[in-house]
Amino acid sequence: MRSDLDIINDWIQEDSKVLDLGCGNGELLQHLMGKKNVKGYGIEINADEINNCIEKGIPVIDQNIDDGLQNFGDQSFDLVVMTHALQQFRRPDLLLDEMLRIGKECIITFPNFGHWRNRLHLGIKGRMPVSEFLPYNWYDTPNIHFCTFVDFTRLCDEKGIHIKRWAAVDGHLRDHWWIRALPNVMSETAIFHVSR
Amino acid sequence: MPDTIPADSVGIVTPNIAVFETPLALSSKQTLEQYELIYETYGKLNAKATNAILICHALSGDHHAAGYHSMDDKKPGWWDSAIGPGKPIDTSKFFVVCLNNLGGCCGSTGPTSLNPKTNKEWGADFPIVTVTDWVESQARLADYLHINTWAAVIGGSLGGMQVLEWSIRFPDRIKNAVIIASAPKLSTQNIAFNEVARQSISRDPDFHDGHYTANNTIPVNGLGLARMLGHITYLSDDSMGKKFGRKMRHDDYQYNYGIDFEVESYLRYQGEAFTKRFDANTYRLMTKALDYFDPASATNGDLSKALSSAQCDFLLVSFTTDWRFSPARSEEIVDALVRAGKHVSYAKIDSNKGHDAFLFPIPRYMSALNGFLNRAHNILIQESN
Repeated sequence: MRSDLDIINDWIQEDSKVLDLGCGNGELLQHLMGKKNVKGYGIEINADEINNCIEKGIPVIDQNIDDGLQNFGDQSFDLVVMTHALQQFRRPDLLLDEMLRIGKECIITFPNFGHWRNRLHLGIKGRMPVSEFLPYNWYDTPNIHFCTFVDFTRLCDEKGIHIKRWAAVDGHLRDHWWIRALPNVMSETAIFHVSR
Repeated sequence: MPDTIPADSVGIVTPNIAVFETPLALSSKQTLEQYELIYETYGKLNAKATNAILICHALSGDHHAAGYHSMDDKKPGWWDSAIGPGKPIDTSKFFVVCLNNLGGCCGSTGPTSLNPKTNKEWGADFPIVTVTDWVESQARLADYLHINTWAAVIGGSLGGMQVLEWSIRFPDRIKNAVIIASAPKLSTQNIAFNEVARQSISRDPDFHDGHYTANNTIPVNGLGLARMLGHITYLSDDSMGKKFGRKMRHDDYQYNYGIDFEVESYLRYQGEAFTKRFDANTYRLMTKALDYFDPASATNGDLSKALSSAQCDFLLVSFTTDWRFSPARSEEIVDALVRAGKHVSYAKIDSNKGHDAFLFPIPRYMSALNGFLNRAHNILIQESN
């Protein structure tokens, strides 16, 4: 079990109605359906992942999030979750608005581009970072909108989005005190719980 | 003709006929005093009768979904690619039932049957039956077969409409619903296509107001034309283009109104072949059943509310180049199910085959069906232990 799932799990109310944007193989939803009795739906575009969810009995909808989420009603979910995907969309800012229109609350996780190793890569080598966790070249990466931990908090400020709580973890999604102390430099993954 | 029966085929099958003496009250307020349903079954019903799957056919389908009637058959049943031992609708796990719907022309009571009151063929006097009537008659067939609850009801196109109706009308008799390339109601354009098909039949001088048999004739031109039109709408521009392009019959244009292009010859052949196996009155009736289907009409157009009684798990499937029942139409059902808080999954399959794609064993489509039904089977086993 990935431990960012454990962090998210602790933040989620029992019996919530949850929409997971980019749900992959449905691991998070399966976990929450089992432990928190949530009513979950995943949105996914990858054919193999969709079939994987269907096999496991996790409700999954084949939909391109970049084409919009207008088919979901205002405040129709208790929670909208998006793990490791925000940076892959055309307009993460507008997507965040959409998530908070559909869900009463949102949980978002993303790779923190401000991590010291990325800074070193760019600052010393002068090249775009490629790592175990971000294994793509600049030209073939699905991650078209990287941001840092601080960038995200600024965006929330500008939009008047309330950050209920946050966590910052390393590449193995573990929590440490030194990451908590300096999240923008030390965390590889940022986790935010936000609402309007 | 198969030289040998393939290992994943259900083999040689024989249709059965169920006779019903209890009158069936129809949506049209007419009553069918008695009727017969022809059906086929594949696989074995388990002791508790919990592993049965109902297959609902589309406009021109019938009860012969899989296997062969004899070693002389040129082709197996219409959905043989999906039904058989080891196939997605796995007959080594499930007992599969497929019937010819009422009003059909392949052995169930319909316009080509004898009207017991007149002892003549019903012809155009056969009452129009609806999807609701079909589902009611299918429930009676289930009773007849001692099946209380279907493990799954599966259908494409008009068949998918029957599945949707099952989920609403008999929520406690269906565990899983698979709705493929379907819609919660026809679009205006779809109704318009159906009307052209019906008009081409009824305007054929050989139609005789639907009593062509009594006049010893068949409206082959009208029925053929209706099929040609329908056939075009079941294909995509891309698939027709790939198959025929502008391929010609002769080296040069003929400058007459005969056949220049291969696609013309193909359509004429399709139209003509259809008239040999299908009845014109049944075709008109089936298109009416399509037009009338609209389960949300009972809830002021709120499909989500109409589906509130449903209890089964749903799998919806659509195909990217299907424009007769486009993905957007399947998505209307998906969205309504999500709003109603129902268990639903949806796969939009890449295919260039248009509406016809639902009859092809496209790997991603078959794998989705397989995964969904495997899970249904696993749950069955858990529940029986």
